Amino acid sequence: MTRDEAFLQFLLRMGDNTLILGHRVSEWCGHAPVLEEDIALANTALDLIGQTQMWLSLAGEIDGGKSADDLAFLRDAWDFRNVLLVEVPNGDFGRTLMRQFLFDAWHSIMLGRLMTSSDERVAAIAAKASKEVTYHLERSSDTVVGLGDGTEESHARMQEALDYLWPYVGEMFVSDDVDAEMVAAGIASNPSDLREEYDALVGRVLAEATLTTPESRFAHKGGRDGRMHTEHLGHLLTQMQWLQRAYPGATW
Amino acid sequence: MYAQMIKTAGTGVKSREEMSEQERAFQDKIDADIKIEPKDWMPDDYRATLIRQIGQHAHSEIVGQLPEGNWITRAPTLERKAILLAKVQDEAGHGLYLYCAAETLGVSRDEITEMLLDGRMKYSSIFNYPTLNWADIGAVGWLVDGAAIMNQVPLQRTSFGPYSRAMIRICKEESFHQRQGYDAIRKMAEGTPEQRKMAQDAMNRFWYPSLMMFGPSDKESVHSAQSMAWKIKINTNDELRQKFVDQTVPQAEYLGLTIPDPDLKWNEERGHYDFSEPDWSEFFDVIKGNGPCNVDRLAARNKAWDDGKWVRDGLLAHARKKRGAKVAAE
Repeated sequence: MTRDEAFLQFLLRMGDNTLILGHRVSEWCGHAPVLEEDIALANTALDLIGQTQMWLSLAGEIDGGKSADDLAFLRDAWDFRNVLLVEVPNGDFGRTLMRQFLFDAWHSIMLGRLMTSSDERVAAIAAKASKEVTYHLERSSDTVVGLGDGTEESHARMQEALDYLWPYVGEMFVSDDVDAEMVAAGIASNPSDLREEYDALVGRVLAEATLTTPESRFAHKGGRDGRMHTEHLGHLLTQMQWLQRAYPGATW
Repeated sequence: MYAQMIKTAGTGVKSREEMSEQERAFQDKIDADIKIEPKDWMPDDYRATLIRQIGQHAHSEIVGQLPEGNWITRAPTLERKAILLAKVQDEAGHGLYLYCAAETLGVSRDEITEMLLDGRMKYSSIFNYPTLNWADIGAVGWLVDGAAIMNQVPLQRTSFGPYSRAMIRICKEESFHQRQGYDAIRKMAEGTPEQRKMAQDAMNRFWYPSLMMFGPSDKESVHSAQSMAWKIKINTNDELRQKFVDQTVPQAEYLGLTIPDPDLKWNEERGHYDFSEPDWSEFFDVIKGNGPCNVDRLAARNKAWDDGKWVRDGLLAHARKKRGAKVAAE
């Protein structure tokens, strides 16, 4: 694997995570439990789509001059490099916010490291995204605590969401050849090195939320390397890519 | 107009002789363009009318998220998706300012939300029409927000302070939305034959419902006269509709889109376009609940509210625990 090939994979992983999660969060539009949440969810989705534009634009440059839209709308499921966590369906509001929290915690640590990347373009994107993600994490943590330590029902729903999502956490910390190449180039940290900080952060919030962190370290994998996505991704792409696929070559 | 067919409370405009001393002083302030603020004395009918109008306007912003949200997951580019998300977020924000303005009149957001959900309060009839192709998102920005702006620009001068101030903020964002909508539909009008077809299809479906947004003619209406005397309403429905048509026709011509009205023509003598009235029986059907999407829109809002109950209860319970712990510590 050349450095450029690895760099492209790394950028797709970053950009596909934000693209797919941004899409999922935007599905809530107009259906949230309270008006403030509608605004916050739209705002989160908007930030994530903005970050996608930055990551995928850079990926497109490396990938022979493709546009971010080419990459978002014209690849098939096997080309996507997002972790499985972000493609699981929204479920109830509790699962959506728990998924957000589990991702935000990783995202904020990852971006913090990327701000000192040897690649200036990566560092610049990380610096911009990091400001937004700090806020995402603050909000999702507060909501997880509020609902975990709320009523009996809200506690039960949040525990259920955590139990369902926990097996998807491990994939964010798997390291492979792409990561080794990025570490060697000084572009990114090894994902496995983030786990300790993540566990401390997540453990603190979940404890405050009176939730029990599952003991199992079993991890569903296959998204980051495109080996095996969930059945859900294809349906998401069917919707997201429909206009571009149905009317090829049109500009919008 | 995001608030339409507002029934003005009361029995019509009183003469100065019929007014009490308080009512005279109130009317003098309005005539002198002094804003009425929440703690000022105001006639009960003025308060009731404003609650209906601001509430309906707020509900329209909230329900209006649904037809636009319908396309967020299918937006054709990342930029269009971002623009649409930002717009829908703005609309929800408008709902928030307006509910706050209504709360200054003594009704809570939950109270008027319940009234929306059980059908006692309405929202703009336009949101009972479906968004069927991507050009509809352009048409909603260009025509629907365009029509809303016609009404909201004068409302910046409305007599009730909090409503007027909310409207100033809202208008800034709405003008931006209208330009974005026009840009989206322009891109399609200049695009492939299929895109042009989508743009024309959107125009065909949204033209008359947009004209209906101003409500039926109210030149002779006693209710309207009272709202105008109170400066809750500044222009008649017909004035605003004419202004909208005059503004929109040249824009449609520029796009090469045909307005679905064979009788539309410039009237040199009047200095305005002559145009066909929308089908008012369709309008009254939609208002009564028989529009293409009424049932689905209300069901979606009710489902969001019911499904969200455990979330609201949970967050409230947590806030109470925190407050309790804080008090205990003090």
